[in-house]
Parts: sequence; structure tokens; C-alpha cells
Amino acid sequence: MSKRIDVKDLNVYYGNFLAVEDVNINIQAKSVTAFIGPSGCGKSTFLRTLNRMHEVLPGARVEGEVLLDGDNLYGPGVDPVTVRTQVGMVFQRPNPFPTMSIRDNVLAGVKLNNKKISKGAADALVEKSLVGANLWNEVKDRLDKPGSGLSGGQQQRLCIARAIAVEPQVILMDEPCSALDPISTLAVEDLINELKDQYTVVIVTHNMQQAARVSDKTAFFNIAGTGKPGKLIEFADTTSIFNNPAQKATEDYVSGRFG
Amino acid sequence: MSATVVRKRSALTKGQLPKFAPYIVLAAALIVGAAILALIGFNAFGWGIVSAILFAVGLVSWSGAVEGARKAKDKLATCLVVGAFLIALLPLISVIVTVLVNGIPGLITPGFLGTSMNGVTGAYDNKAVEEGAPVLGGIYHALLGTIQITLLATVISVPVGLLTSIYLVEYGNDRPLARAITFFVDVMTGIPSIVAGLFAAAFFFAIVGPGTKTGAVAAVALSVLMIPVVVRSSEEMLKIVPNELREASYALGVRKWRTITKVVIPTAISGIASGVTLAIARVIGETAPILVTAGFATTINNNVFGGWMASLPTFIYTQILNPTSPSNPAPSDQRAWGAALVLIILVMLLNLGARLIARLFAPKTGR
Repeated sequence: MSKRIDVKDLNVYYGNFLAVEDVNINIQAKSVTAFIGPSGCGKSTFLRTLNRMHEVLPGARVEGEVLLDGDNLYGPGVDPVTVRTQVGMVFQRPNPFPTMSIRDNVLAGVKLNNKKISKGAADALVEKSLVGANLWNEVKDRLDKPGSGLSGGQQQRLCIARAIAVEPQVILMDEPCSALDPISTLAVEDLINELKDQYTVVIVTHNMQQAARVSDKTAFFNIAGTGKPGKLIEFADTTSIFNNPAQKATEDYVSGRFG
Repeated sequence: MSATVVRKRSALTKGQLPKFAPYIVLAAALIVGAAILALIGFNAFGWGIVSAILFAVGLVSWSGAVEGARKAKDKLATCLVVGAFLIALLPLISVIVTVLVNGIPGLITPGFLGTSMNGVTGAYDNKAVEEGAPVLGGIYHALLGTIQITLLATVISVPVGLLTSIYLVEYGNDRPLARAITFFVDVMTGIPSIVAGLFAAAFFFAIVGPGTKTGAVAAVALSVLMIPVVVRSSEEMLKIVPNELREASYALGVRKWRTITKVVIPTAISGIASGVTLAIARVIGETAPILVTAGFATTINNNVFGGWMASLPTFIYTQILNPTSPSNPAPSDQRAWGAALVLIILVMLLNLGARLIARLFAPKTGR
């Protein structure tokens, strides 16, 4: 239950502004890939193109191909909604639905699409997803309480549970720990290691230790200057990016000599 | 030998007025004010004004003498703010007291809420004044008309207004059409209510036939006034729904319209509902547009689509302007004040309802 992603010659635009230029990358199934790079270099923008969330913003468009097990996400007649059921996403800030209980938040992907689900199956799905997100033991006694009453770290794991409840092939995470304390971060990182067994995980992070801890491969993005497009500089095994980078820019960035 | 610290006045403070200083000044201002007013002829309104001015001057100059200029300025600003607040509150209290005093006799008359004006003629009113017979007649027909007309106006305005605001927030994207709608909604907000009434009347004259006056025409006129208010308030409410929630929903593979109906609107529903309730409160007291669209009736009309229909504002208007008994207008006055009291109570209930709805639908918190 996971698919590989191959990106060919991808350019990402906001209106006429070229935000990310000429990305080629092959992301293996059942692996964790980290995107690192300075702010504004297009990591998040590129990540959002992988499940067509990019085009939710007005004026945003894409040239090139993103292949999910060989199927082009941007091919003619592809429904973005179908793409998003296969490629789930966890956002920077925890965003549980404030009107829903913890249980309903986990079931949101099912219920919002009006799929019929028996109570037993729903209970099983809630338990499975929350166990998968390492949250079950903390919330099993208060599933009917609002999701917004949880702590930030718990909310983020609730969002991960919500994302895996729709059983995607790939999970994208956009700086999932940047709003969390170290203990919650550790819980989420442990979770990412477990998710790798079943899903393809792509994570954007500003924390290089985190990238080193959780990822198999790392992609370094950089930007030449303000107004210039972001580019993929180097993509390799995480150990070689951090210990033996091929590019000077990568070495400068991971060793902290970046301006 | 123990050294004792001699407590001197703190170098950090200046002189301070005692806590009760404002009350002393107030008492003095009231007494001196009364004395001044006694010289030129006493009245309560003048006493209030003079005392307020004396109080402000007295407190500020005392404070200036003891505490220094900065504190005195602070006191002056406080006086101005409190004064402005009292001035703003005065008309409201005055209206409520007047309507209560004049309206309660009408309201507690037996049959006031349960009977119409059907068959109540000047002869009965003359009898009531001259022989002390009970005042007959009531506002049942007007109350019924107001409720029917307002309900129909709400049924028309809420879907139109809500869908318009959904278009503006979710689909408009600042397109020319969206900008045009926003502009015209702003223009509509400023339309005088009588113009809305004339529009509805002319519209129905043209499509149904000249002289068409029914509750439905009035409801259309009121919805012309209501729609911009509903659009504006629900637009604001939809705008403050965080974009993150929409994205979270999209990322789960939920379609846009489902995201709107299941995530965005439930999140904003408390604000939308209270906005709608306030819009109802805003139009329920309209007189002119109802007068030209539904006319006025003295009998009960249960059919909002046929025949003239009374409402509370037009009932008040006609009772004051054309008393049932021209020679003895007192019973008509009493009925008009009673109807005014009922109208104010309705508006107050709607406002309370808006708060209740906002609290009821608000996203729940708690652990």
C-alpha cells in the first residue's frame, strides 16, 4: 500500500512568477524523503504539487510531470480529488476540525465524502488510525470530546491519524513539528519511522537533525536570490548529504555556513 | 541598639486624592447645581447638565491641584468618556421607560394579544372613554401579519444572501463579477426602505396586476432590505474561517462543495445565524415599505399571498394617525403603545435569540 513518485522537469508557477524550476526527483516507495533548504526556496510549494494542493491557491499552475507509480497526476482528465485520496497531507500547524469530536475528526475523510460505514467498521477504523498515530492510549476515553481540546502535539498526531484513515499511498508532511515541543516532536518522529513500513513519506523540515534522524534520502533545495526560482540542488542518501555532499552549496547549508 | 528605618513619604509617589473624592465632588456638584437651578427655575434635565459640568470641573481642578497635570488630564478624559457613554445611553433608557409606561396598560388589557380590530368601531371607543367600559380590540391580526411577512422575507433572503456570500468568499476570487456584486450589495445597504417598498409594489403591479397588495409583496420589499445585511454578515463570517480547515479537507480528498457544506458553514454557522437574526430584527420594525406593499387591515388574514395584511408598525402608524374614534383617540393611543411595546419585546427576543444561537452553535471546546 504505497507508491513511488517520479517527477520529471517540473516547473511551478504562481501566475507568471516561476517559483520552482526544473525539478527531477525519484522518490522510492516505503521510504522517508526529507526536503531541506532555506526559507522561500520552494520546498513547501514543490511538496504541494505532489498532491495537487498547489492549485488551490489562485493563479498557481504547474508544467511538467509528476508520476505516481507511472500515472501522471497532471494528465488530462485527472481529478485532483482522486489524487488527494491517494496522496495525503499533514500541515505545518495542527488543524483539526473545530466542529468535530476526536472520533469524527479521524473519520472526517470518510464522513465528509458521505461514504456509508457501519458503526463497527467506523470504530475499528478510528482505533486503527489512532493506534497508527500513537494517540490511541491518550484519547481512547474521550473520543467524543472536541479535537481542539487536545494539546498541540496531540492535535498534530490527530491530523496524522486523520490522514492515514483514508488509507493513502503517500503521506506528505509540511514541517509537521515546527509548532511542537521536543517531546511531541519525538513522538511524531517515532511515528514517521513506523509509517515508513506502510507508506511513502515525504517531509519538509527546517530542522536538519530531524532530517538526519528520520529520512532515508534528503533533497536540498536552494534559491539564488529574491525573485529567482528555487531549484533542487542535490538529492542523495541522507548520510551522504550530511557527511559527504557533492555540492558546495549543500555543504555550506548543512554545516551552517549559509548566510 | 537597633536602627529604625524612618518611613518618609515615598519618593516614587506624588499627592493622591482619597478614594472617595469623586463621590464628594459629585455630592457637591449636585447640591451646587440644584442651588444654581433654583435661581433660574428648577428642571431635572438642566440640573443633570449643570451638575455634570460642575463635577467635571471640580474633580479635574482638585486633581490638578493635588496630583499634578497628568492625573488631571486622565480625570478629564475619564469624565468625557463616561459623559459620552451616558449621553448615548440616555435615549435608549428614555425610549424603554416611555414605551413601558405607556404600553403596559394596553398590553394587560384582556384580549389585546388575542383579538383583532375587526368590528371595533369608534362607538366602542367612545363608550370606553365616556362610560368606563373595557377597551376592545387588539393586535392579534397585526402580530400575525408581522410574523408571516417577516418569516417569508427571511425564507427569501437567507438562501439568496447565504449563497451570494458563499460565491463571494469561496468562488469569487476577486473576479469582476464578484467585485460588481460587492459594489451593488454596498449600494443596496444604503437604499431607503420606502424605495424598496416602491420597488416591490411596482414589480408586483407589473407582473401580477395593478393594485396588488399582499403580505408577499411586503416580504419581497423587506427581503430587498435584508439581503445585503445577510450577505455582508455571512461574508464576514465565512472569511474568518481559517483557510487551513479548507486545505485540511481538500487534502482528505473531499470535494469543494462538500468542504463548504460540511466544514466551512458548520464552522461559521453561529456567526451566520446570529447575523440573520439581527437582520430580521433590523427589518421587523419597517413601516413605510409595508404600508405601500401590504396596505393595512383590521381583520385577521392568514394568507400571506392574498389580501391586505396588517403588521405591528403599520398598526401603530394607523392607530396614531387615524384613531378609531376621532373624537376620543385615547383608546387608540393605548393600543398603539401596547403594539410598540410588543414590537420592542420581539426585537429584544430576537437579539437574545441571536446570542443564544451564537453560543449554541459555537465550536465546542473543552477536554
